[in-house]
Amino acid sequence: MGEKKRIELDYSKIESDRMRLNVGPQHPSTHGVLRLEVELDGEIVTEVVPHIGYLHRCFEKHAEKMTYPQVIPYIDRMDYVTSMNNELPYVMAIEKMLGIEVPEKVQYIRVIMCELNRIASHQIAVATFGLDAGAFTPFLYFFRDREYILAIFEKASGARLLFNYFWIGGLAADVHPTFKEDVLAIVKQVRKTNKEIEDLLIYNKIFIERTANVGILPPDVAINYACSGPVLRGSGVKFDLRKNEPYSIYDRFDFDIPVGMGEVGTVGDCWDRNIVRMREMEQSCRIIEQAIEQMPNEGDVQEKLPKKIKPPKGDIYMRAENPKGDLGFYIVSNGTDKPERVKARGTSFVNLSVLPEISKGYMFADLILILGSIDIVLGEVDR
Amino acid sequence: MTINEIYEQLKEEYGDSIIELIENPPCDSSIIVKAESIFDICHTLRDKPGFEFDYLMCLSGLDLGENLSAVYHLYSMKHSHKVVLKTIVPKDNPKIPSVEKIWRTADWHEREAYDLIGIIFEGHHNLIRILCPYDWEGYPLRKDYKEPEYYHEMKVPY
Repeated sequence: MGEKKRIELDYSKIESDRMRLNVGPQHPSTHGVLRLEVELDGEIVTEVVPHIGYLHRCFEKHAEKMTYPQVIPYIDRMDYVTSMNNELPYVMAIEKMLGIEVPEKVQYIRVIMCELNRIASHQIAVATFGLDAGAFTPFLYFFRDREYILAIFEKASGARLLFNYFWIGGLAADVHPTFKEDVLAIVKQVRKTNKEIEDLLIYNKIFIERTANVGILPPDVAINYACSGPVLRGSGVKFDLRKNEPYSIYDRFDFDIPVGMGEVGTVGDCWDRNIVRMREMEQSCRIIEQAIEQMPNEGDVQEKLPKKIKPPKGDIYMRAENPKGDLGFYIVSNGTDKPERVKARGTSFVNLSVLPEISKGYMFADLILILGSIDIVLGEVDR
Repeated sequence: MTINEIYEQLKEEYGDSIIELIENPPCDSSIIVKAESIFDICHTLRDKPGFEFDYLMCLSGLDLGENLSAVYHLYSMKHSHKVVLKTIVPKDNPKIPSVEKIWRTADWHEREAYDLIGIIFEGHHNLIRILCPYDWEGYPLRKDYKEPEYYHEMKVPY
């Protein structure tokens, strides 16, 4: 055996070739048909270029060919896990143009449905985020609970996911007689599961090691990129349309806005975005409880449905707080029963645009986590 | 700050570049501005104390028949006020300065407006299609758009 030869290396002079890697469009971690063109230096991400449009279904072109109520089912299909919330800004915009005052009972049912859907959406978000980090059990727990919420929606609207439930001026149908008891039972169940998930996942050391200090999004960058929802609040910006610009009847409820505080890492990291979602579920439960208490039993949910829907000429921009952020609709009316233009400001579309900014310099495995923490739905990115 | 005050202040600073204020309740009021000065106006709106519109909510392209239009919905996190700006450009020369350097979120919004309506945002660092395939022809959201019969020798249904 010869003598071991010692090799002197000057690490500053080592150059490695950059590799371009294609993630998606068919990849479980891209949460849909998203393609990421990633440039890697070893295992470190140096550049990310998202390519979108694989699910483009020409929503805006279709909307120009249809009457105002016919657009609503298409809006359901934008962000298909939060369909109730999607419908709200659209019907509010048309109601504002037509000058319709919606009955009290309708307002309360809308708020309860929206908050239930917010919980369902956040459950998917946290569940799939856990899945990205390698935790499988929370996924099963959340999907079991989500099924109870979907059962309520099914009883009210007849559909599990795509409801067409909010109509302009009212609702498609009244809720069933045991609605209040069913909803309160769900609230109890959600709280119980969330406690379990906090022990299992959120404060788990492995999970914290994996997600803290990863994908840090500073607040000024978040605002400049017009991020919204938990992505914005995770960066410590206390902004929630339900509080800052109350629409519908949200000014009647007492709730807090959870923000990221950097408890285990830096403000605006993946863990912060995730904990904001967990805490928002609790706030949604609080809103639901108050709404159930205040909700009138009597009332016709269809008494204010307009006979003909012809908004006056003009344009309107209406936004509402979706589980994923601000969903806005810019509607241009030409005085007929069909819209001239409906532009949807997709929440996921805007939130995804920040991904190249916050994923540079992290490991490739972290890129998957950062993408999961933004919580996109490709149906809304591509519309 | 109401849209009237913003209009007055902008009119004082920019004169002829601010064309008019359209009020049409219950719809939104909007300020029509000249396309070539949109970058300077947006810069003022973002940075001048009192305005501080740091949040671009939405940027939409519109087909008005003869002309194309870009609509900017701005919001201020600090003062919670809003303003709507509109620019109108002719269809045969649809050029508008890009505001991507002011609000980074405008990057994808402008690419979308270019992709679907065909507005050319001058100064944008990467103005390529975003929702349609990169080699798609025509601008689908224009009112006079005709769907192609074939795309890469595949029949386009509908």
